[in-house]
Amino acid sequence: MEIQTKADLEKMREKGLKSLFPGTTKISVGMATCGLSTGAGKVYEAIQKEMEKGKLPIQLNQTGCIGFCQREPVVDILEPGKPRVFYQGVPPERSVELVHQWLENKVVEDLLLCKMESEEWIVEGTVKDYPIRRIPSGIDGTPHYHQVPFYSKQLKIALRNCGFINPDRIDEYVARGGYFSLYKALFEMKPEEIIEEVKRSGLRGRGGAGFPTGDKWASCQKSKGDRKFILCNADEGDPGAYMDRSILEGDPHSVIEGMIIGAYTIGAHEGFIYVRDEYPLAIQKLGIALREAEEVGLLGKNILGSGFSLKINLFRGGGAFVCGESTALMASIEGKVGEPRAKHIHTTESGVWDSPSNLNNVETWNNIPIILSRGADWYSRIGTDRSKGTKVFSVVGKVNNTGLVEVPMGITLREIVYDIGGGIPDGKKFKAVQTGGPSGGCIPESLIDLSVDYDRLTEAGSMMGSGGMIVMDESTCMVDVAKYFMNFLKDESCGKCTSCREGTKRMHEILTEISEGRGKPEHLDLLEELGWVTAEASLCQLGGTAPNPVLSTLRYFREEYQEHIINKRCPAKVCRALLQYRILSDVCTMCGRCAKVCPEKAITGKRKTKKEKGEPFEIDTEKCIKCGMCFETCKFEAVEVQ
Amino acid sequence: MIPFMIDGQSVEGKEDGNVLEVALDAGIDIPHLCYHESVKSYGACRLCLVEVVRRGRSRMTTSCTYPVLEGIEVLTRTDKVLRARRMIIELILAMCPGDKLIQDMAREMGVHEVRFKQEDKDCILCGLCARVCEEVVGASAIQFAFRGDRREMIPPFLGEAMNCIACGACVVACPVDVVRMKEQGDERTILRWKRTLKMKQCKICGNYFAPWFQLEKFKEQAKLPKDFFDVCYTCRS
Repeated sequence: MEIQTKADLEKMREKGLKSLFPGTTKISVGMATCGLSTGAGKVYEAIQKEMEKGKLPIQLNQTGCIGFCQREPVVDILEPGKPRVFYQGVPPERSVELVHQWLENKVVEDLLLCKMESEEWIVEGTVKDYPIRRIPSGIDGTPHYHQVPFYSKQLKIALRNCGFINPDRIDEYVARGGYFSLYKALFEMKPEEIIEEVKRSGLRGRGGAGFPTGDKWASCQKSKGDRKFILCNADEGDPGAYMDRSILEGDPHSVIEGMIIGAYTIGAHEGFIYVRDEYPLAIQKLGIALREAEEVGLLGKNILGSGFSLKINLFRGGGAFVCGESTALMASIEGKVGEPRAKHIHTTESGVWDSPSNLNNVETWNNIPIILSRGADWYSRIGTDRSKGTKVFSVVGKVNNTGLVEVPMGITLREIVYDIGGGIPDGKKFKAVQTGGPSGGCIPESLIDLSVDYDRLTEAGSMMGSGGMIVMDESTCMVDVAKYFMNFLKDESCGKCTSCREGTKRMHEILTEISEGRGKPEHLDLLEELGWVTAEASLCQLGGTAPNPVLSTLRYFREEYQEHIINKRCPAKVCRALLQYRILSDVCTMCGRCAKVCPEKAITGKRKTKKEKGEPFEIDTEKCIKCGMCFETCKFEAVEVQ
Repeated sequence: MIPFMIDGQSVEGKEDGNVLEVALDAGIDIPHLCYHESVKSYGACRLCLVEVVRRGRSRMTTSCTYPVLEGIEVLTRTDKVLRARRMIIELILAMCPGDKLIQDMAREMGVHEVRFKQEDKDCILCGLCARVCEEVVGASAIQFAFRGDRREMIPPFLGEAMNCIACGACVVACPVDVVRMKEQGDERTILRWKRTLKMKQCKICGNYFAPWFQLEKFKEQAKLPKDFFDVCYTCRS
């Protein structure tokens, strides 16, 4: 079906509505990468087999990530007249049980996550109530979606469709308000008006730097050139960050629609989505979405009959973190090595093939259609003074509820870690939260009431970055954290400029010395000096922000570094070389198990038997390789780690 | 010509020129390693750092890549700049302790000790050899490979430098003299790329004057007659 008019778009919306609410029972399985890695594929297959076997009146559907990655596989069941239920942590062997219980109007209580009695369609600002006529038995104690602590403080704008649509179906995207903003942009707004609206919304780049999006578009629109390019940075490289991946896997059209609006605004007719090659599912979903959009005339020549044409190409990444840097990304698209260049001339004037190019992050593009549909006023009411809207964070690490969390800017770290994240598992104590990936820093307990916003985080020595949020507890060694990030940066540095290449290498070298017991007091000053040069003298922001993890841990956890250097001790018991394993002779029952499992035969003693009195076992620290096997094996807690 | 200031001195530069070339022309010494007037600025060594004041804001940047702009104020010896340059040369010296030029530059900048574990590399990764080979000679026989501290200058895939015409431009361009050339009998070798080519003999004086491969390339590209290089440059004049 070719979409030429608004009426055609409405027809597609009707089609999509029928697909979203088919009138029979619909079971959706979350099949994004997080789901698949926990067995969602097997859950899907099991249900499918059962449906075919029993010729059951059910529609089986795949959907994206609903954000609560800790509880995958997630399965939701929607039947007209009943509340919608969401199941969590569904083992493949019990998926059939869910189906059969549902057909008997029952729920499987121990697997329930929540129920839903209405859906918010945020693109249009409407709420769709489910007409409830029958209530399955067993559902009473289940919280509503909005009462689940993980979800209650979230505001899903970027993740509006993830987990609620089949990403392979363009009609479902349209049904929920998709591509109507594109229509509005092409037929009811001039490029200058769109730029004004984006500026007024206060949207800032979601890739990390937080540059005002409206200003970037304005400068690219003004640039002279008959060939302009619209680009999407989907090279998400920060360890622990997967927000963009989920959007690409669960709602690819949101990014495409944003890009078409952007292209129309700046006057580009060609574009690229630069996806990291390590995201095969995202690449697949984008490919399907681009093809579908072209088939119905929402992309390609003469879009919606407006006379505006745009071709978007999918480009697979070169395989390096540095390719996420704007000039390196553009060099990569040109077929060259992903190496940054000095940015005295902005890429909005001269980017790929010396042509004006507008590069924005996946989440930034995804926000555009909703800014146009709900307006800049609505959008700018969310968030803080200078950080408007919401941000998707990947909350990972030592936290109970790991997953993707979308919250209005201004929420505190405490709310994210404790209210949404459910606090630290195993009763351990919160130590720090690392934000902004390798370019960011650690925020300690004393600052946990910090408002999450671009400027507040930068003031505290970290940065918003792309949204990675790694929670750390007392068992995390901050020297080890700094070493980890420096190792990453040293490996990922393109190596072009001396300050970054040598700076990251030497900082990593020093951190290794410290963590292996060879730290010297002058090392801390040297680290700060190296950090200063790397940040000030480097060509791009990989080097420019590389010292942040080191400098921020030094700022807030200097005593921990001192412990490593002066007392050769790792308080968190992480740095292997500084650990001492010791058997407490008064606790030792002389069973001999530790000696049996020691790979280095470093434990000696005499076993206590009926005939022998036995002697407490001892570890020869010279031979000990600190593998921890004795500690794990001892049933009497006689092995102590210091 | 665009007027601006360097260290309080009035200077002027061409429209698409860079600050470093104007400074050097004016006799203002800014240390540099990877800059050469015959090729495009690269910005790799970071030694030519200066502070540029523009529209009331100051930033530290490499003078070889910073464009000539009206009214800018360039400061080449602020404390910040000197501190950065000293660390950079110390880092390069730690990487290549045996390079005489680096030793001299370090001494000149007041860097007398290296606080890092010394490596034994010789190449400073300035890229001049490859840039000259690509931009001036047009052969593109060598290029940077690998990333980060594993970055090195090599022929394609560590194999043979199949495009190399053994012209010796890389030998001349290398600031630390680690690309060397040897001639023995009828062979010329660019040692670092392990590229050996047979030389052609002049019909008149009998000297081996240039590699066969190189001359064939020239004939092909400039569409010269077959016997054009039968006589060497000296004998022809």
